[in-house]
Amino acid sequence: MSVEWLIPAMLTIVTAATPLVFAAVGETVVEKAGVLNLGVEGMMIIGAIAAFAMAVTTGSEVLAIFSGAIAGMLMAFIFGVLCVYLQSNQVATGLALTIFGIGLSALIGHSYVGNTFVGLAKLDIPGISDIPIVGPLVFGHDALVYFSILSVASVAWFLKKTRGGLLVRAVGENHDAAHAIGYSVTLIRMGAILFGGAMAGIGGAYLSIAYTPLWVENMTAGRGWIALALVVFASWKPWRAFFGAYLFGGITIIQLYAQGMGVEVSAQFLSMLPYLATILVLVIISRDSAKSLLNAPACLGKNYHSSG
Amino acid sequence: MHLKAKLGVTVAAAILALGFANVAQAQMKVGFVYVGPIGDHGWNYQHDQGRLALEKALGSKVSTTYVEKVAENADATRVITKLASSGHDLIFTTSFGYMNPTNKVAKRFPKATFEHATGYKRLSPNVATYSARFYEGRYVVGKIVGKMTKTNTIGYVASFPIPEVIRGINATYLSAKSVNPKVKIKVVWVSTWYDPGKEADAAKTLIDQGADVIMQHTDSPAPLQVAEKRGVYAVGQASDMTNFGKKAHLTAIVNNWAPYYVARTKAVMNGNWKQQDTWHGFKEGMVKMAPYNSVIPASVVKLAEDTRKGIISGSIHPFAGEIKDQSGKVRIPAGKKADDGLMAGMNFYVQGIDGTIPK
Repeated sequence: MSVEWLIPAMLTIVTAATPLVFAAVGETVVEKAGVLNLGVEGMMIIGAIAAFAMAVTTGSEVLAIFSGAIAGMLMAFIFGVLCVYLQSNQVATGLALTIFGIGLSALIGHSYVGNTFVGLAKLDIPGISDIPIVGPLVFGHDALVYFSILSVASVAWFLKKTRGGLLVRAVGENHDAAHAIGYSVTLIRMGAILFGGAMAGIGGAYLSIAYTPLWVENMTAGRGWIALALVVFASWKPWRAFFGAYLFGGITIIQLYAQGMGVEVSAQFLSMLPYLATILVLVIISRDSAKSLLNAPACLGKNYHSSG
Repeated sequence: MHLKAKLGVTVAAAILALGFANVAQAQMKVGFVYVGPIGDHGWNYQHDQGRLALEKALGSKVSTTYVEKVAENADATRVITKLASSGHDLIFTTSFGYMNPTNKVAKRFPKATFEHATGYKRLSPNVATYSARFYEGRYVVGKIVGKMTKTNTIGYVASFPIPEVIRGINATYLSAKSVNPKVKIKVVWVSTWYDPGKEADAAKTLIDQGADVIMQHTDSPAPLQVAEKRGVYAVGQASDMTNFGKKAHLTAIVNNWAPYYVARTKAVMNGNWKQQDTWHGFKEGMVKMAPYNSVIPASVVKLAEDTRKGIISGSIHPFAGEIKDQSGKVRIPAGKKADDGLMAGMNFYVQGIDGTIPK
């Protein structure tokens, strides 16, 4: 059998993985700062409609991406005010944010159903993008794909090598200690939450302006939850989350291709693999307490109040 | 800015709908339960169009309530119960997975009337079932796609391996093959009714593997849009999806529930509602074809229209024998037509289709 299908399959995997990469990397930073935001799905879908509406209205892709990011940040801001300042329960607030986002996006998007948009253009460097195999695989994507890789690299570098990253981690590991030595837990957490919102918003924007350039209700279809699962699967490491996203995207796409070629696969089983893998990782890291201490932020999900 | 006003009105409407607000008792209350968002531009959208047509036809005599995105599990039982207990006389539950919840609730509310779409269980006298003969539409489409494909490969994005979907694949294939003996059908199962991204990926996969006409049995317009982008043809699902791909959209099989919803609501009003199992097609207007794309040659449009008229008059039946399954076993003997029982439980691919049905 020829392997010609491999190149288009890989291109499809990239588009399937990119929204997950954005959302997962954003959430990694949020969780590193000790905040569990289950509202990723809600922030993504708001990002998707904001970007699509902007793209249809102005025709500008750059504005569309920005508006997706800002919309995601606004959603995250609501979450931040509630959890960081008003001390509400993070799990409940995050869930509410998701439900709110799906509903609000349907409301805003009502008049955009049926509109179309050409979609984000693929990079096309004359001569280079035409090189067989390497050309399309390395130089044949849209700008957001490269941006997603860049953002993973930046986040990994930021968390590991910079003072700012250290602060984020400190707040996530022990907020009392971080406070005691004079850092503002609330401000740092707010920053992380807003960053997570912007990234989720861009992930959503990728869906509505590049992946499937259209608006239909609930179009994220659970990708926010997969992104959340990926963060745990990756044990809070940006590059692992990146590879996880490609792995999950890859499994989905490869099984579609396999079906088309008449190979018998269980579509239902493969659909549940990401979640299964996450449960497995959770079991492994909770088995070994030393290992989990290395990875999971110790203050994850705990609210902080300076008086208490 | 009028967008704000619109938002306000919609919010108010949503709160009303969600809160099952009580209205004047003289009106008959009709409830609808949808599995997905009404903005899907497919299955749920068409049911909601039926609801709106009902409101228009009967005016102040009815008030309708709808609840969208209701999962096919205990949520459905809760929502249907809530509708029944808040005085809805007639409740349409519009997805296959609501079969058991509908029957369960119907037993507890013998005074209310229930209509379940695409199911087969009518466990108490106040439950009726209804569905449309979509396979008739698929059979008309089959003639078109069989003629339009140049690679002789039809790509089919399928949801779940239930008889409804398998019947559609078989009808398409038999019809396409009757006009193009070389035609092949490639089926990819996505295990979802609605996930635009995954549906688009499936369409890309099929196009990469040589399909130049994409058909779908999922609800979003994403596969059609992929077809438009890649310069191949596609057929819309449930609604006219021309807007999502003007060049690609050959036609669509349109679900038209309005006449049925009006008729059944009137029957309840007049007290002559009876339990029944309705399966309507082109003849009764429950299935319609969207306008044919101008790229289809006139001769092919005529072929499609003749097929449609033949189905209405009864001279053509999509499952007329002899039809064998993949193993070569005769399922419908020569000279016979498949009866509704066989079609409702169809769980085999006809001979000539490659691949196996997932279990």
